[in-house]
Amino acid sequence: MTDVIHKFTKTVPHWRPRVTPVVLAEATPEQLAALQVTPSNTKVSDYVLVLAHDVETLAVRSPLFNAIMYDKGGLSRAERELGAIGASIVNRCVYCAAVHASRHAQLEKSDAVTDAILAAGETVKLDPRNQAILDFSIRLSRTPSEAGPDDIAALRAAGLTDDEVVDLVLSAALFGWANRLMHVLGEPVRKAG
Amino acid sequence: MMLDTSDPALWQNTVVMQAGVRPGSDLGDAVQRRAKVMALTQSAEVAVITPKDPGGWSHDLRAALACRIARINRKEDLAAYYRAKITDPAADACSDPDYTGDTPHDIAVLSFTDRVAARPKDAGTKDIDALKAAGVSDADIVRLAELNAFLAYQLRLIDGLSLLQGAAR
Repeated sequence: MTDVIHKFTKTVPHWRPRVTPVVLAEATPEQLAALQVTPSNTKVSDYVLVLAHDVETLAVRSPLFNAIMYDKGGLSRAERELGAIGASIVNRCVYCAAVHASRHAQLEKSDAVTDAILAAGETVKLDPRNQAILDFSIRLSRTPSEAGPDDIAALRAAGLTDDEVVDLVLSAALFGWANRLMHVLGEPVRKAG
Repeated sequence: MMLDTSDPALWQNTVVMQAGVRPGSDLGDAVQRRAKVMALTQSAEVAVITPKDPGGWSHDLRAALACRIARINRKEDLAAYYRAKITDPAADACSDPDYTGDTPHDIAVLSFTDRVAARPKDAGTKDIDALKAAGVSDADIVRLAELNAFLAYQLRLIDGLSLLQGAAR
């Protein structure tokens, strides 16, 4: 279809599912619990309604996602977003790349780094710390993973502690998961109007 | 959800064991500070490999597909871990990446599995349509994608932690 977006963009697209989302009015109590639907929160995205087809996994995935991206300590939130972006570039998840580039830009109060990544992709040139983080995320995201001892040495040379590298491994790996759902079960399309 | 963030559970976590993370090491301490994430990761493995409601994919077939994906990623230790869970010889055939299926249904399922595991950027409408044409329900498509997507995460988590463990030696 002609409205599908194939190029990376910082404008967050609309996500169109390829399978039918669960109908909220027909959701089971277990699905409602995993969807975190309450009387004051009835807005659920099509993406999460698609994932509600596998409610046991969704119930674990949401708290795991939040813990990896937002729990205190370790790697900064913006640098966790870079791990997510690296995976999304390799897996060509246009939707995930746009969402997490936006979050990175908000956290950093600058879109300089993410604009450069979205424009140049894997060959982008960044400052040493961002470069080491992005390069590791990209290499870990290949199949099989191409990350090696040199990448760990580069992260340490850029000043990352073990705690920070563990968080980077987690965020990049998590997007190996997220990309395979978002990019496979649906597609990014231009927002109507 | 029951979440076991105790020390014994942490050191028996699949990811922690597969990566060879040792208690008391610097990396062990770092992993311990993420005990909740590790416990949730183990719960996610249960949800995709041995769910209470397996839908169209038996626990045996799920273990076989996990083994297949680990082999595609050349992670033989994780492949062996999943292969040991397979009790049904028919499901075991699917653990071999060289086996591409005998029926239109199995061909669609294994081709989807291989593409999403190894070349997710090339996966698209045609792959989902092939599953639908083979009679796979929407719910089972999501279950199959979640199994595959979780494995991508687990494999890379093991890879990253193994590298850190290796760098500490």
